[in-house]
Amino acid sequence: MSEGEYRSGPAYRGPSAVRLVWVYPDLLSTYGDRGNLLVLARRARLRGFGVQIAEVNSDQRVPVDGDIYLLGGGEDLPQILAARRLAAGGGLAAAAARGAVIFAVCAGYQIVGTEFGGVEGEPVAGLGLLDIRSGRGERRGVGEIVADVDPALGAGRLTGFENHQGVTRRGPGAKPLATVVTGVGNGDGTEGAYGDRVVGTYLHGPALVRNPGLADMLLGWVAGSLPPVDPAQEGLVQQLRAERLAAQGAPA
Amino acid sequence: MSTSSPPSRRFGLPFRARLATTVGGAAGRASRLAGRGDGSVIGGVIGLRLKPDLLSLLARGRQVILVTGTNGKTTTTRLITAALGALGQQIASNAFGANMEAGLVAALAKAPDATLAVLEVDEKYMPAMLTATGARVVVLLNLSRDQMDRAAEIWMLARRWRAALAGAPGCRVIANADDPLVAWAAGQARQVTWVAAGQRWHDDSWCCPNCGSHLRRDGEDWYCGECPNRRPPVRWMLAGDEVIDPTGRSRPLDLALPGRANRSNAVVALAVAEVFGITASQAMGAVAQVRSVAGRYTQVERHGCALRLLLAKNPAGWLEALDILVPPPAPVLLAVNAQTPDGKDTSWLWDVDYRRLRGRPVFVAGERKLDLAVRLEADEVAFRMAGSVDEAIAMARSPSMEVIANYTAFQQIRAALGRVG
Repeated sequence: MSEGEYRSGPAYRGPSAVRLVWVYPDLLSTYGDRGNLLVLARRARLRGFGVQIAEVNSDQRVPVDGDIYLLGGGEDLPQILAARRLAAGGGLAAAAARGAVIFAVCAGYQIVGTEFGGVEGEPVAGLGLLDIRSGRGERRGVGEIVADVDPALGAGRLTGFENHQGVTRRGPGAKPLATVVTGVGNGDGTEGAYGDRVVGTYLHGPALVRNPGLADMLLGWVAGSLPPVDPAQEGLVQQLRAERLAAQGAPA
Repeated sequence: MSTSSPPSRRFGLPFRARLATTVGGAAGRASRLAGRGDGSVIGGVIGLRLKPDLLSLLARGRQVILVTGTNGKTTTTRLITAALGALGQQIASNAFGANMEAGLVAALAKAPDATLAVLEVDEKYMPAMLTATGARVVVLLNLSRDQMDRAAEIWMLARRWRAALAGAPGCRVIANADDPLVAWAAGQARQVTWVAAGQRWHDDSWCCPNCGSHLRRDGEDWYCGECPNRRPPVRWMLAGDEVIDPTGRSRPLDLALPGRANRSNAVVALAVAEVFGITASQAMGAVAQVRSVAGRYTQVERHGCALRLLLAKNPAGWLEALDILVPPPAPVLLAVNAQTPDGKDTSWLWDVDYRRLRGRPVFVAGERKLDLAVRLEADEVAFRMAGSVDEAIAMARSPSMEVIANYTAFQQIRAALGRVG
């Protein structure tokens, strides 16, 4: 996937565009993580916004002037390397400090916390952008997950796939993103976490695909109130969402 | 296998192992008669239940070649079997892709007199199967993301391969030097034949498996900027449509099978043949003639439409399949399921770049066609939904159609067409 606008490089400018930064696809992209980037870009364009995309590999500097930063999943070793390089570079922390939105899934979710479990389960320092600590649980949570987002966020019911062995606890600075209906999530009946504009979830890979409400929440934090999407442009996503939720016995 | 066969190797087995292969074979026949698959796995399962070390016993005294990797196992197994045909010996092989222990047992039990065995093996089980069979040759094709809900993560797999091969000094490894994860996995093996078999999918090897630094690529070459890890010097090379043999001689690869991935598999087969003293010119004819493998690449005529069936199970496989599509305006049917053998997670669809399907008729089918539809919509590829192959044919009104499907979707289509190929 090295052709066309998918890889548009780290340089972008333009006042009226939503600036999306995909952080370290070389380390943090195990299974369809690109989907989040494509969904945000599509839903922004459907509202008539311009979109500028930066895909930043781990040997490049993370720009500090993005609007939404995406972090994906990864195996243990790449996860540790990514945390180390992000901490050393400082770009993501600087972006968070100026109020940028961060959406992190799976390994990325653990990285933005203060601590996560390494290859042998040993504690590894995270970026401390979200007040959570993650460790390794007894068994892997693999399968469909359904969870209801904190009503204060107005993002509805989540449907996705999880594949992780993490157990995550929140400190006072983070709230649960959602309450688990079916699946594992954080391990205590909650799923994901958020604090300020940093959002993390165990829904892995293309988590935003089946959850347009969550995608719009992130875009809304950047662009203010969003005009509705033309229903004709959203029919398939809503059908898919309904099909997957029904398959879990948890209708939308 | 026939229980009334003349005295053969099987009678050299201990009684319980003989019983296990006999009972297993009977179950396999019963399963075949009942119309459940080719019956090989059930026989192996029953045999193993009676005799857990059956595979070691069956492999004893044979030269075993194990073929593993994310993509191309079944095809390469077939090509190697063809290449080794020059030896004029009977060859045992799990030609239909039953690549876990029971499938290997069944393949060996079915060919008690074969002194050679070419066996494809699931990536995860390779180390255990290497120990059990005492393989003479292990072929490592490639490693990329695949069915992550049930398979191990690939850096983890590479580590296990590396340890297993380091502990098998008598084994010759044929490894793809162009895949950094594979090269690292073979890096501590005693005897390695490096093959420049190419790598189309780079998205799982941006980082050095040895130290984690960003890998640098310079044309065909790759190297780590931080540690000594780099592409090893190769003995065999795929160069476009040609193979360059160890003497430096270049010759065209005129294969019946389509695509770069299969040229790559063919070069690997030639490198394996060399281990057994077969020259490239001896092996080439048989390799070139293989035209369909377990129904894949088969051309089928259906209601006046020539269908070509391509199997693709993961992002790297889809990339290779999209590469070999005939040019527009021939329509394309994509079919995706998410049953257990496919992986229940369809996230991988987002790792495939579908944009090149823009501007030609596209149909989506399969149990997860909505996932596919949403994916194509995001890539701005126009498509229509079809309930079946026949419905797609009716809508397409075209003399030919390309079909790409993942595992169980492919099997369903084959069944609908009458188990062709």
